[in-house]
Amino acid sequence: MAKGRYGIHGGQYVPETLMNELIHLETCYEHYKNDADFHHALQKLLNEYAGRPSLLYFAEKMTKELGGAKIYLKREDLNHTGSHKINNVLGQALLAKRMGKTRLIAETGAGQHGVATATAAALLGMECEIFMGKEDTERQALNVYRMELLGAAVHPVTSGTMTLKDAVNEAMREWTTRVQDTHYVFGSVMGPHPFPMMVRDFQSVISREARAQILDVELKLPDAVVACVGGGSNAMGMFYHFLEDTQVKLIGCEAAGRGTETDQHAATIAKGSLGIFHGMKSYFCQDEYGQIAPVYSISAGLDYPGIGPEHAYLHDIERAQYIPVTDAEAVDAFEYLARTEGIICAIESAHAIAHVIKLAPKMAKNQIILICLSGRGDKDVAAIARYKGVNLHE
Amino acid sequence: MSKIEKAFQNGKAFVAFLTGGDPSIAKSEEFILQMVDAGADLIEIGIPFSDPVAEGPVIQQANMRALSAGVTTDSIFELVESVRKKTEVPLVFLTYLNPVFNYGYDRFFNRCHALGVDGMIIPDLPFEEKDELAEVADHYRVDLISLIAPTSAQRIKQIAKVAKGFLYVVSSMGVTGMRSEFKVDLKNIIATAKESSNLPVAVGFGINTPEQAKEIASIADGVIVGSAIVKLIEKHGDAAGIYIFEYVKNMKEAMTGD
Repeated sequence: MAKGRYGIHGGQYVPETLMNELIHLETCYEHYKNDADFHHALQKLLNEYAGRPSLLYFAEKMTKELGGAKIYLKREDLNHTGSHKINNVLGQALLAKRMGKTRLIAETGAGQHGVATATAAALLGMECEIFMGKEDTERQALNVYRMELLGAAVHPVTSGTMTLKDAVNEAMREWTTRVQDTHYVFGSVMGPHPFPMMVRDFQSVISREARAQILDVELKLPDAVVACVGGGSNAMGMFYHFLEDTQVKLIGCEAAGRGTETDQHAATIAKGSLGIFHGMKSYFCQDEYGQIAPVYSISAGLDYPGIGPEHAYLHDIERAQYIPVTDAEAVDAFEYLARTEGIICAIESAHAIAHVIKLAPKMAKNQIILICLSGRGDKDVAAIARYKGVNLHE
Repeated sequence: MSKIEKAFQNGKAFVAFLTGGDPSIAKSEEFILQMVDAGADLIEIGIPFSDPVAEGPVIQQANMRALSAGVTTDSIFELVESVRKKTEVPLVFLTYLNPVFNYGYDRFFNRCHALGVDGMIIPDLPFEEKDELAEVADHYRVDLISLIAPTSAQRIKQIAKVAKGFLYVVSSMGVTGMRSEFKVDLKNIIATAKESSNLPVAVGFGINTPEQAKEIASIADGVIVGSAIVKLIEKHGDAAGIYIFEYVKNMKEAMTGD
């Protein structure tokens, strides 16, 4: 496969102004990837700061209730800052620092990636500016304040649909304006090469640990690995070390919003088509003329009109399967996990739980499902209450 | 010599941009003809895209206005068809790769060829990804115009060597939009480009005053102006024609020293 390509997907479709920077980034990444010092520093941060390795938890009650396959949760929600996002951010921030950059910029949807980036910037003593759709800054005011506490400047984005894709546009525009001292920390396995590869590598710590942990307790591989997919970083990290284990089914759960039969969803694989946007060839929700469609999901983290190019490829070769999950199903699963296991998970992760609730009873008791619980749900409590019509008098 | 190269034969060329369909297809046609009458040597028509990442706020909003008015790639082709009945001025499109990809490369360039579109500028198609459509553009004899940025450095030669039509030198870091000064060593970039190519070099991004046009024209073969024209459309709407005419005339005169 050509460099930066996943089948026909991937590539580097960006303005000329950014090309030398992307080439430089790739060269530096290839260098530090094999540098013992860099590895040691990153591992130290992951272990001592982010709290890795994350736990593998046997969801015994859930398993019993559903009456089928054994269910394990990979607890990325227990990481510092509350989600898997920190894995990638620490890697990229450390790399940027080694490259001599002094300033980090990033896009964010719900704010998880923005908070993680602001955290890494604070820790490493770097400037930080976050681009966030104006609508999202209003829905997630608490996360805006959190980023500001961490010393970041948050720019509400008022262009286009004022959501995640526009935040990416604005961060890319900012990067073309000031590339010399600035690194753009992409939050997912998307964008131009080398980002999809680099973010996947930094997130693959999830499956490196999870594969060893499950072999340790079960002495065998899981039958299915399930994760939610927006851009797809937690899923790619969770799938990566299982890719060669072809007997392990890989399942990504994408946001079907109010249903794939409506126009209010973010189900890129189910409803999207091939396109070229945000630096990559992949699948996108768009109209017949290639205008990017407004997307919708209750989960701001999955509310993105594209999917990472490696997922598009795994779909093409049928190595992974992608299943749409609606808002209603995700909210039910969110409540179910809280009640059953005492875990309030991110609404993103609840999309994966929702599918497992359907899948597990159809599987045998000696089979195993491994779920990536990508984040914790504190940030979603208010939105879920709103969805349920509960007034919290905030 | 392609029709685009010929646009640079009558002294310094003034390249005028507008977003097709802003505020309407009929008005775009009128504005294009005004620009030609005022002395524009080459017309650049933007095909609106929902997410124009290389554009500043002025052209972003023009894209939104056109899309909200229901403009599609097909309406832009109809605009060209109508304009072509009235003028032989060289025409180039500016748009992003996704609308072209979704239209179908062959279908798109076939139609460009049939209607007399001479060139194509795609800001998110760098040198490395040119193969995506270079062959089909060649086949239909549409010049794929290459951009050179302030950061291009060692890439300038590589890009210039295989470029077509003209070389589009980006004056500044960042996105399109009016600027008060240019900090980049344009002279040096243009000289490097000219070592590897005989094509004319035009400079764009940020140019808006006659003084700037004159200054740039003293070191380049052409000046590209977009945001300043689009700003007139934003301000005057349907009545912008006369303002555009005067503006283009002043800019062209400043460049030629008349």
